Amino acid sequence: MLRRRQLGLAAAGTFAPVALAAPALAQNGPVEIQFWHGLAQPLGGMLESIANDFNNSQSRARVVSTFRGGYPETMVAAIAAFRAGTAPHIVQMFEVGTGTMMAAGRAIKPLHELLRDTNVNINFDDYLPAVRGYYSLADGRMMSMPFNSSTAIMFYNKDAFRRAGLDPEVAPKTWAELRQAAQRIKAAGHEMPFTTAWPTWTQIEQQSAIHNTEIASQENGFGGLNTELRVNNPLMQRHFANLLEMGREGSFRWGGRDSAGDAVFASGQAAIVHASSGARARFVREVPGGAANIGAAMLPYYEDVPGAPINSIIGGASFWAMNRGPNAQRSADENRAIAEFFAFLARPEVAAKWHTDTGFLPVTRTAFERVRQSGFYEQNPGADVPIQQLLRGDRMTGASRGIRLGGFVEIRVIMQEEMERALQGQQAAPQALQNMTNRGNAVLRNFERTNRG
Amino acid sequence: MRKVHFKGVALPYLLLLPQLIITGLFFFWPAGMAIYQSFLREDAFGLSSQFVAFENYADVLSDPTWLESAARTGLFSVSVALLALGVALFLAVQADKHIRGADTYKTLLVWPYAVAPALAAVLWLFMFHPNIGLFGRLLNGLGIPWDYRLNGGQALTLVILASAWKQVSYNFIFFLAGLQSIPRSVLEAAAIDGASPMRRFWTVVFPLLSPTAFFLLVVNLVYAFFDTFGVIHSLTQGGPGKSTETLIYRVYTDGVMNLNLGSSAAQSVILMILVIVLTAVQFRYVERKVHY
Repeated sequence: MLRRRQLGLAAAGTFAPVALAAPALAQNGPVEIQFWHGLAQPLGGMLESIANDFNNSQSRARVVSTFRGGYPETMVAAIAAFRAGTAPHIVQMFEVGTGTMMAAGRAIKPLHELLRDTNVNINFDDYLPAVRGYYSLADGRMMSMPFNSSTAIMFYNKDAFRRAGLDPEVAPKTWAELRQAAQRIKAAGHEMPFTTAWPTWTQIEQQSAIHNTEIASQENGFGGLNTELRVNNPLMQRHFANLLEMGREGSFRWGGRDSAGDAVFASGQAAIVHASSGARARFVREVPGGAANIGAAMLPYYEDVPGAPINSIIGGASFWAMNRGPNAQRSADENRAIAEFFAFLARPEVAAKWHTDTGFLPVTRTAFERVRQSGFYEQNPGADVPIQQLLRGDRMTGASRGIRLGGFVEIRVIMQEEMERALQGQQAAPQALQNMTNRGNAVLRNFERTNRG
Repeated sequence: MRKVHFKGVALPYLLLLPQLIITGLFFFWPAGMAIYQSFLREDAFGLSSQFVAFENYADVLSDPTWLESAARTGLFSVSVALLALGVALFLAVQADKHIRGADTYKTLLVWPYAVAPALAAVLWLFMFHPNIGLFGRLLNGLGIPWDYRLNGGQALTLVILASAWKQVSYNFIFFLAGLQSIPRSVLEAAAIDGASPMRRFWTVVFPLLSPTAFFLLVVNLVYAFFDTFGVIHSLTQGGPGKSTETLIYRVYTDGVMNLNLGSSAAQSVILMILVIVLTAVQFRYVERKVHY
């Protein structure tokens, strides 16, 4: 056992000595807080500069930021480090990992407990409901600290619209309009009229939410671990049939898994893309013609679905406070430092700057107001589309609050695989959806079983 | 064989120790852990674990997607091994002839072996990516719908080509060495007897090369089974669908990405048994037919 542990420490490399030295440092220097994040450049640098601002604003704590690869790699690294007793104090976890983290028992320090123990106050009433809801328990207690939140919206290339004889200031609102526009763009000689990044997030999760349709029972898993997938429903059958038909006629082209679709829009190859609002910074820099050539609009919907459209859901990541290892708690000083860093992130000026720099959402209403009053949205038309889409509809429903599934990382991959097989023509829409349901439910049952205790 | 006698027992054990430590630390200990893990079902954080006996194995072996992966791995490994061996043999025979610039030619052929699998994959990506790749764009320009991101057959072909290409250099060196050790007199005798170059190759050269070929076959199969992870990971990540997911890639996705350690460990143990059996069978039966 001793040998295993030493090897684990050795494997964690340079972090081991720092983590072990932290309690000793507390008396004579600032408390060191290890912070692992999964944002590549340029976003990672912007995030680290926020941590540096925090370090310069006080002398009790020092946040040490480390880039650990993409979101999935960061998640895996943090879990492996926890098993070896060298977990970071704070880990940035993408929204898909939320279900796994919530069920992680003593591996995490829930945010509401952390704030209670340290007497640090953060006003969560000020947070956008869609953001707050995603990271809180059913009774409203916060589990993790929301930070970079985005939602899926539609970006389009105005030049491509002009070349196809479409009005570049009028975006398609419904799926019927989108299909028509894409057909005309194709007729104008465009190879890739419409594509999507994050295929399951934009086409299954977001589309279900704005049409007020659950993708899983128990209010998308918020009600308990005994949730089951419900994607084989009339709405998704119709939507998939539509996408497959568009694929056959060439008005829709598959852009690849995860964020791969961003690249084809950034290069000017795709005319329309459904992507994360957080991709805006990249598009403005890379799309030929820059900001003036990019249109932003809300995701299209099926106009004959009653009650649609309502609010979309968020993506992005939140910050989780972790315990060091299975048998190691944090000291009061460490917890206090973590809580103070979180409180710093909640400041309106910090949240507002992050929003205007990156295209992620202003997570609090105060930050949103602040940005609006500064005239940012007049100078950057379309930058407020994601916020309006998130606040659309009079209230959130069980289907539009968010998604909380254990093993969601795996379920997303399963969904992408079945989508790919359908688009290759190997299976029809209902069969693809049924395969997603069967394979996804096996993952959910296994998660329920291993996390029961 | 001459025997060496040591006085006492300390020195021989001491001399053995480094090798024993390495074998124990890097083979027996992890393999033992994998066997132990394969009987457990754990949450990702290792906070609760449950002994489930052979349930992980039963789940894996009854999973149709795992069986498809196994069949695909067979096809993939055999294709990679045959392609890499065939091309290397052809090139080695050509390089063995007296041609101008033979040394340069040999050196160039050996180079790809020094390329890391991930880099090799990126090179192939830059050639065959449908949007940014030279040949990918060319194919699409010629009206051939090439998109390995969505076409499973094309994706599998691409990873087989990239994996085989990496291994050609290694095989080439061994074949060339094998060819150079064949006595000239045997070939000359065959020539005098009126055997054509083709006949000389199949009746003299090839049988004499068979020990080398047999050794390379084993090495290539093991390579295709275990060392192609980097190529697949960088090119296709097992997709589209599951069309390039081999068993070793699946061990990675289930264990590292999906954090399902029990199932992943059970799959590793099955792989370990499979390779032990495969190697034993090869040495026992195939070796008999090899002319030394």
